[in-house]
Amino acid sequence: MPTTASAAHPLTDVTASDSSLRRFLHGLPGVDAVGLEARAASLGTRSIKTTAKAYAIDLAISMVDLTTLEGADTPGKVRALGAKAVRPDPTDRTSPATAAVCVYPDMVAVAKEAVAGSGVKVASVATAFPAGRAALDVKLADVRDAVAAGADEVDMVIDRGAFLAGRYLKVYDEIVAVREVCGTAARLKVIFETGELSTYDNIRRASWLGMLAGADFIKTSTGKVAVNATPANALLMLEAVRDFRAQTGVQVGVKPAGGIRTTKDAIKFLVLVNETAGEDWLDNHWFRFGASSLLNDLLMQRQKLATGRYSGPDYVTVD
Amino acid sequence: MAPASASAFEYAPAPESRSVVDIAPSYGLFIDGEFVEAADGKVFKTVSPSTEEVLSEIAQAGEADVDRAVGAARKAFEKWSALPGSERAKYLFRIARIIQERSRELAVLETLDNGKPIKETRDADLPLVAAHFFYYAGWADKLEHAGFGASPRPLGVAGQVIPWNFPLLMLAWKIAPALATGNTVVLKPAETTPLSALFFADVCRQAGLPKGVVNILPGYGDTGAALVAHPDVNKVAFTGSTAVGKEIARTVAGTRKKLTLELGGKGANIVFDDAPIDQAVEGIVNGIFFNQGQVCCAGSRLLVQESIQDELLDSLKRRLSTLRLGDPLDKNTDIGAINSAEQLSRITSLVEKGAAEGAEPWSPECELPSSGYWFAPTLFTNVTQAHTIARDEIFGPVLSVLTFRTPDEAVAKANNTQYGLSAGIWTEKGSRILAVAGKLRAGVVWSNTFNKFDPTSPFGGYKESGFGREGGRHGLEAYLDVR
Repeated sequence: MPTTASAAHPLTDVTASDSSLRRFLHGLPGVDAVGLEARAASLGTRSIKTTAKAYAIDLAISMVDLTTLEGADTPGKVRALGAKAVRPDPTDRTSPATAAVCVYPDMVAVAKEAVAGSGVKVASVATAFPAGRAALDVKLADVRDAVAAGADEVDMVIDRGAFLAGRYLKVYDEIVAVREVCGTAARLKVIFETGELSTYDNIRRASWLGMLAGADFIKTSTGKVAVNATPANALLMLEAVRDFRAQTGVQVGVKPAGGIRTTKDAIKFLVLVNETAGEDWLDNHWFRFGASSLLNDLLMQRQKLATGRYSGPDYVTVD
Repeated sequence: MAPASASAFEYAPAPESRSVVDIAPSYGLFIDGEFVEAADGKVFKTVSPSTEEVLSEIAQAGEADVDRAVGAARKAFEKWSALPGSERAKYLFRIARIIQERSRELAVLETLDNGKPIKETRDADLPLVAAHFFYYAGWADKLEHAGFGASPRPLGVAGQVIPWNFPLLMLAWKIAPALATGNTVVLKPAETTPLSALFFADVCRQAGLPKGVVNILPGYGDTGAALVAHPDVNKVAFTGSTAVGKEIARTVAGTRKKLTLELGGKGANIVFDDAPIDQAVEGIVNGIFFNQGQVCCAGSRLLVQESIQDELLDSLKRRLSTLRLGDPLDKNTDIGAINSAEQLSRITSLVEKGAAEGAEPWSPECELPSSGYWFAPTLFTNVTQAHTIARDEIFGPVLSVLTFRTPDEAVAKANNTQYGLSAGIWTEKGSRILAVAGKLRAGVVWSNTFNKFDPTSPFGGYKESGFGREGGRHGLEAYLDVR
């Protein structure tokens, strides 16, 4: 399994100053919205059947970050989620486990215990999720908390206000600071909240900014706004990680999050991965789905493939 | 559940069912609302280019049949042209709806007969075919508002000859405006792709179209020549090769027949250094590999700004490696079969010439099926304006890559061709799009996209790409006596 290199890469110079960073980000190729969306839609028409579908469903299950991010989360709910992540389908033990469970920092210890020994990772949203509107010290304390409780992965939000104001170096410095706190203990996923960045050009710039700052994953969104992951913004981010690896040799993962609810949708994303970044990313070390309801649909489709019949929602567990 | 060997995402075959279409062992000519034998009993076979399977035996129209069909169209013209526009519109709307209802059947048929991927017939050809009939149905009762005088009159009998690359779409481009304006039609489909036109004859019957308004005469070049030369034809419309177009122009010269020609092309696709690269790559792929490059307005010359040549070519080659070539009926196929053995040998010989003249060919690794007519997507680098492959229309999945340094040089190279059908511009700078587009001598200039068609948009060429426009309001003019 290749791991993300942390060594300096050929693009280190561009982050020397606010102006050099701006010049670099604004020098990236533009994105034609019509063309991007047309390409995403055309890949969505790939017909995935039989063995390919069975493979895709298991792959998708193994890529799910099973998520609960509610104010009303209780230890009991998190334990239930953990149990489900480890063994998604109690009636069929051939189902793979999910990649991770994703919780708020105060639930990390509970989650950690629930998945202990299973290989399922615990991810935690930190940095004043979901708005990110707090002082850097507060954000770093949040991250420290999560890492100390044993989080394997940290999902941070960027300061969208600073980004939209063009203060790219501030955003960069924050990511670098969080990256430092994560150290070698936790992989860092950087959330852009693409729905708030508003343009595809911004999403491409944010992707490169996150990767330059050392993100292990770039992630579309929090799932807390109106527009979350879309095929088009995922395609764009996949192009970004592909190009970044070509230029620097560093591989970065991608995580679309929010709004992916059906097997059909998930498979469309896998097609995007396969045909854009390539098979090197078709693995839960490099691609994740941030989702909660998606898993049950994947399981129902999996049961249908195995039995020939569609069972219904009572044949999979509620969280 | 997943196969043990599946280390990556291998798509399982997803073939469209052939059973949605019934192909009869033989078809006649469609004259005066009936399928009839050819007067001299001649027949020819049509084969599926992807398998070389014989699909059906088709009656081959000779001079006597042309005469019969033109006579039927002439007779039908009196009543058809006298109908109120709103009545003609009803028939056209009905045809459009039937095409939509039968689109799956027609898409499968077109893919079988032509070799193009089902993805394209299903998602591009058939929706456009229906859209053309809907669009011109809308014009039928508004001709006096089209800007061609107070009461524009139809011409009479239209003799139409169409090519094999978009058999049903070219039929729609020809027949829809002709009928909307009150003309009657004798149409000759190409000898390698007659089936969808014959199915269209059935659509006309289903729509209750009066007898003789549409006549379909499959056959070879001599059938087309007889149709074009027939003294009772008032209007000739041809889409096809420049060589045949010149022949037709000679035949028609000195007669009172009205003529439109839509001929070859060698479209330039110009990519500036500030282009949206990923989308430009998609546009280049779509420009030259759509329908296996068998498109008259294909972007067969890529003009790329020197400073981004390497980056763009790397992206393009990587993208070509993901194209899926194979069974056109598989819904995941991007590249289907070449339409005929004859076309394949023409492509092959031009590609050999390109290599012999010093250009460097490159193709992604891909396995070609053992039967049928196939050609791997190919791009040539180190091409100059002096190379044959930069000048002659190849009409296949072959891209010639040239470079430029300044916008003026790009325009000069783009215009340096005997053709003038299409061009593309890729840049994020709006003012450059306008400045360059205004200087290009091409009937269609796409910006930040390629090969986009719409019935509302006129299409046609400059120079040896022909004259006259099809589609849009302009497309009506070719079928009206404009005074």
